[in-house]
Amino acid sequence: MSGASTAHSVVEPSATSKRIAAFLVILYAVVTMVPLAWIFATAWKTPPDSISYPPKIVFDPSLEGYCNLFTTRTRQTDEYIESLGPPQGACEEVTRKREMVIAGPSNYIPRFINSLIIAFGSTFLAVSLGVFAAYAFSRFKIPLKDDLLFFILSTRMMPPIAVAIPIYLMYREVGLSDSALGMVLLYTAVNVSLAVWLLKGFIDEIPREYEEAAMIDGYTRLQAFFKVVLPQAATGIAATSIFCLIFAWNEYAFAVLLTSGQAQTAPPFIPTIIGEGGMDWPAVGAGTTLFLIPVVVFTVLLRKHLLRGITFGAVRK
Amino acid sequence: MAEIRVEQLHKSFGDFAAVKDSNFVVESGDFFVLLGPSGCGKTTTLRMIAGLELPTSGRILLGGNDVTFKRAAERDIAFVFQLFALYPHMNVRKNIAFSLKCQGMPQKEINRRVEEAARILRIEHILDKSVTGLSGGDRQRVALGRAIVREPMCFLMDEPLGALDSEFRHLMCSELRGLHDRLKATTVYVTHDQLEAMSMADKIAIMNRGEVEQFGPPQEIYARPASMFVADFIGSPPMNFLHFHAGIPRGSGEALLGDAVVEMPVLQEDVAPRDLALGVRPEHIAFDDNSPLRGAVYGSEYLGTTQIVTVNTQFGQIKARTKSTGEVRPGENVGLRFASSRLSLFDKQSGRAVRSALFDGAAHG
Repeated sequence: MSGASTAHSVVEPSATSKRIAAFLVILYAVVTMVPLAWIFATAWKTPPDSISYPPKIVFDPSLEGYCNLFTTRTRQTDEYIESLGPPQGACEEVTRKREMVIAGPSNYIPRFINSLIIAFGSTFLAVSLGVFAAYAFSRFKIPLKDDLLFFILSTRMMPPIAVAIPIYLMYREVGLSDSALGMVLLYTAVNVSLAVWLLKGFIDEIPREYEEAAMIDGYTRLQAFFKVVLPQAATGIAATSIFCLIFAWNEYAFAVLLTSGQAQTAPPFIPTIIGEGGMDWPAVGAGTTLFLIPVVVFTVLLRKHLLRGITFGAVRK
Repeated sequence: MAEIRVEQLHKSFGDFAAVKDSNFVVESGDFFVLLGPSGCGKTTTLRMIAGLELPTSGRILLGGNDVTFKRAAERDIAFVFQLFALYPHMNVRKNIAFSLKCQGMPQKEINRRVEEAARILRIEHILDKSVTGLSGGDRQRVALGRAIVREPMCFLMDEPLGALDSEFRHLMCSELRGLHDRLKATTVYVTHDQLEAMSMADKIAIMNRGEVEQFGPPQEIYARPASMFVADFIGSPPMNFLHFHAGIPRGSGEALLGDAVVEMPVLQEDVAPRDLALGVRPEHIAFDDNSPLRGAVYGSEYLGTTQIVTVNTQFGQIKARTKSTGEVRPGENVGLRFASSRLSLFDKQSGRAVRSALFDGAAHG
């Protein structure tokens, strides 16, 4: 099809409507990107710049936000700072300008690692449990199948935080409070219903003939599941994983309530970064920016998988 | 290669009996076709032979072994699905080798077998291609390759040509039959297409509503249909029925249709007065102005060497296949003469054929 044709086409949108669509998309993108841009910019400002009014659009970039994010600092006298000798690295230099010295690393990295462990762990668990359950719901005759599926879905009908108090008490009783295991189990429980429903849809779409062919070829059902069903459900598994990961990664309310120390995740930690005289906004911006990276990377990696499944056509329908 | 024996096979889904007490034997090396309209239980029967469904009752013997409740994997059979079921995440070579991998066969032997199967099916040039881009015919060949590479006891095929366009189907029909003649493999083939069945089968079982209506070689089924359903299902156009009411004693070879006496094979059982249908194949009808059996020409379809002439009679509409040289005009009154030794008589109530000299010398399964 050549683009030179000026005749009206049923399938090709006109140039004007394309322009309008593009304008709307860009407008929407700009509106949604403003808070992100604000955060990225704040991360590179100095604390005074970050709270100046009107907000500074043009400013001298500073490493102070990132330095403050990763360190704890103490105020010292000029005499003491001068006695230390020349500063080692950019962060020490920035810190000494504020008449402070680096006392040690901050909790950001351990909190970030907690987030990684809990989010990926619960996603893996929810999706693995979900894919088995979805396969069973899709392929086998199960008594009360529809009721069970509804029951699984119904666990998502109230906001999870509605059960926060019972869960808090229960976790305290069984010793799961402030533990990575507790958070993994909690997020898995919330996500598994979503995973079952999403994956059942994907597995329903895979013709049974594939497994039957494999079973006739000498494989057991479990082998057929791993060799034939799973590769074809890759698209659905990728999509489900992204949804589960985003929920677990961003979850805030339970994390605030149930983690305070060693198992604390990044979302409740970031807003508590306090600097001299109030919030350390550049450090918060820096922490948020870095916090976005894993989900973005994960989504971009799996995006190929999301698109790939659409073209499969070895079965004529 | 092995014989397949199906005894009193029965399958119910809840209240619905999909297959009712079916019996047939597929002899070793035979090309056997299960033929019937959709929903007649032929695919269910095939799936039970394969082990993909378990029968409610009855027995299935494969090469003398009772496999009724054995798992599909333990039966040493190959199955070709209607939609081919080629694994889209593997290339052609891996698809064909998939079953051999399972057996833990050495890679060298796998390669040899795959190449051999590819050579037989003439698909060597696509071995390393992805299955997603293949044409319907090539997919069909890969699916066959996946079956023959195993050298199984028997092949089961569920409408393997159903997904192909009609032109290609004819080509694959002769290719499949040729393949069977070379491999001499016991094959059970399910189809609803009587032309496929007639052109390929050594033996056919015609199924209707879960029951085997007739079982025998294609010639037998065509010439001596055991029921009105079979007579109607086989042949294009199908067998004509002249509907009349009569009682005919055993030993008589005449049916009285109105004023006309029609000769037919001598009956071997008494027929009490009831509704009957006289079955006559279109090619066994000739026009004869002296015949007392009359009809009015309704129309004709020209088919090259022959034509199909539709005639309305007081016993029903019939279609005659005649040489296209004899010209007929719509509305014309014609006399009809039948090849008397080839006629079938059916009891309309039960649909069964009345025993007659027609069945003499016929081999029954």
